[in-house]
Amino acid sequence: MNAPAPLLSIRDLKVHFSIASESPLPWKAPRLLKAVDGVSFDIFAGETLGIVGESGCGKSTLARAMLNLIPISGGSIVWQGQEMYGASAQAWQDIRKSVQMIFQDPLASLNPRMTVGQIIAEPLQTHFPQMSKHDVMHKVRAMMVKVGLTEQQINRYPHEFSGGQCQRIGIARALVLEPKLIICDEPVSALDVSIQAQIINLLMELQAQMGLALVFIAHDLAVVKHISQRVMVMYLGRSMEIATKQAIYQHPSHPYTQALLSAIPLPDPRRERNKTLQLLPGDLPSPMDPPSGCGFRTRCPRAIAACALHRPELRALSADTQIACDVVGVNT
Amino acid sequence: MALLEVNDLNVQFATPDGVVTAVNGISFALERGQTLGIVGESGSGKSQAVLAVMGLLANNGSASGQALFDGQDLLSLPASALNQIRGNRVAMIFQDPMTSLNPYLTVERQMTEVLEFHKGLTHSQARLRAVQALDAVKIPEAAKRISRYPHEFSGGMRQRVMIAMALLCEPDVLIADEPTTALDVTVQAQIIALLRDLQRDHGTAIVMITHDLGVVAGLCDEVMVLYGGRVMEQGSAEPIFYQPTHPYTVGLLGAVPRIEQGEQALVAIPGAPPNMARLPAGCPFSERCALVEPRCLNTRPALLAVADQSAVLRACHKSALEVRRYAKELSL
Repeated sequence: MNAPAPLLSIRDLKVHFSIASESPLPWKAPRLLKAVDGVSFDIFAGETLGIVGESGCGKSTLARAMLNLIPISGGSIVWQGQEMYGASAQAWQDIRKSVQMIFQDPLASLNPRMTVGQIIAEPLQTHFPQMSKHDVMHKVRAMMVKVGLTEQQINRYPHEFSGGQCQRIGIARALVLEPKLIICDEPVSALDVSIQAQIINLLMELQAQMGLALVFIAHDLAVVKHISQRVMVMYLGRSMEIATKQAIYQHPSHPYTQALLSAIPLPDPRRERNKTLQLLPGDLPSPMDPPSGCGFRTRCPRAIAACALHRPELRALSADTQIACDVVGVNT
Repeated sequence: MALLEVNDLNVQFATPDGVVTAVNGISFALERGQTLGIVGESGSGKSQAVLAVMGLLANNGSASGQALFDGQDLLSLPASALNQIRGNRVAMIFQDPMTSLNPYLTVERQMTEVLEFHKGLTHSQARLRAVQALDAVKIPEAAKRISRYPHEFSGGMRQRVMIAMALLCEPDVLIADEPTTALDVTVQAQIIALLRDLQRDHGTAIVMITHDLGVVAGLCDEVMVLYGGRVMEQGSAEPIFYQPTHPYTVGLLGAVPRIEQGEQALVAIPGAPPNMARLPAGCPFSERCALVEPRCLNTRPALLAVADQSAVLRACHKSALEVRRYAKELSL
């Protein structure tokens, strides 16, 4: 039996930004900020991959790089067998019919001068210019109902909606092209808990109806748990662990994943007060000046001297788990 | 007598659309060493309630009621008398540490000012105390960092600077307005551990405003759940978490994504947070409540003690038993 081919396959993806040197000497070379530094993963049709990490770990940069919204410095992005690194703008444009994005700030990602109808119709007009106006409006209305808006709201402007409703408009805009993959960059971080649950449930329903694959980015492991089949944990531009949901929540392997899980406050007073908290010392190191070897070693409770020398690559720990750590599971 | 006693606090804003009541008749008493959690979604009036107590309302806002601190009513004191108390005996930590520290002044200048004003210390004494305070909140190399500007610190460190600043005069009451919302989970865990230590060492009473029920569970003895500027449920933390008697509390608990639970879907609260200028005539939550009945729309429920649980007050027409049965159906 052949394993199904992935929808999107990313290998050793790098996004480096060059930062002007602070030195007054003009011949000093600019410094490199390695926002994403060698990340590899696959996404299969219909599944959800959760990507989790704290601010500055490169998760949003990764999301944008997956759609070529920022230039990629190296690596390979293969979409349904087609290599996209270095592909023409036209080739990317064709792919964006099938890969759409939902952004973090629901209001800021909608043009305030366009009505809801215009916002949701725009992707159709861009990708299918020959489609009749009647067909476009028909699709827009159908999509509005699908995401829980009413058809009467079609001529309103974004500021007339609440945050949760704006996020529904953003989802409608992404789904109107009937894509195969949606990249959701922290789609619920800006919303109240009760609204968060609405949006997560809506995304799961639409996924089941339309057979979508989702990349769901969040800074909190609790949020992605409900929606993901697999989860990738990132730290300083590298992936630390990729595992199935069961593996990552029941027996997290990487010390960073363990710390992230233990840091989530439980809405349960007795358990929250009695749990053993694994506090990470210090702050995230500056991505301009990352530690040598493993990026996490400066805060890792299990770091040994060798961690400073060699940067761990992702390796299979079990059938369900891949981790980038040279200590866990080696000398036990 | 309680350290801080708030009676029937109302906050109103004069807006071009008429008078908006942001906080409507809330009361609480806080003892030394106790922690009160005020929970609610955006627009529930939680921040305005404490800003009113601190005399920090915007120009178009006015407060009525009583806020007795040590026998003095903070709401009726003139600014000069209030300034002797604010920052000295009652201190506040704000949500966004970047916008609430002065970017033009070094941390040293901002911290020593407090001690020179309230405690009459000389500059060198004040500097010494400030360095100790930064040490206490675990800022590395405090003596060196104190002469830096706020932008030179990371988000978590800025929040710790603000906590250190609030604790300089060893206040009796610390009001924390969403102190960890802008922070990553691992940093949030550090800050909460820090607050817990400080409370144990100094017996400070804390008012913790948050929308995160996990934070409340770990830190608070008493909980107040606000919706639409009114108290929905108020009392000891354990009964409120384990046997909620208000449909809104049940909804909030059901909407929180939990890492410790199995595969059940999140229970979303339908609709959106209320528009404060157009609240329903009856119970403010009636528009979104799963248990709504006709009288909820017209008559406002009074805040009364629960029959079998005198430690909890609730404002709901349904009996506590009915709500608990509903919570059980949602398997909370």
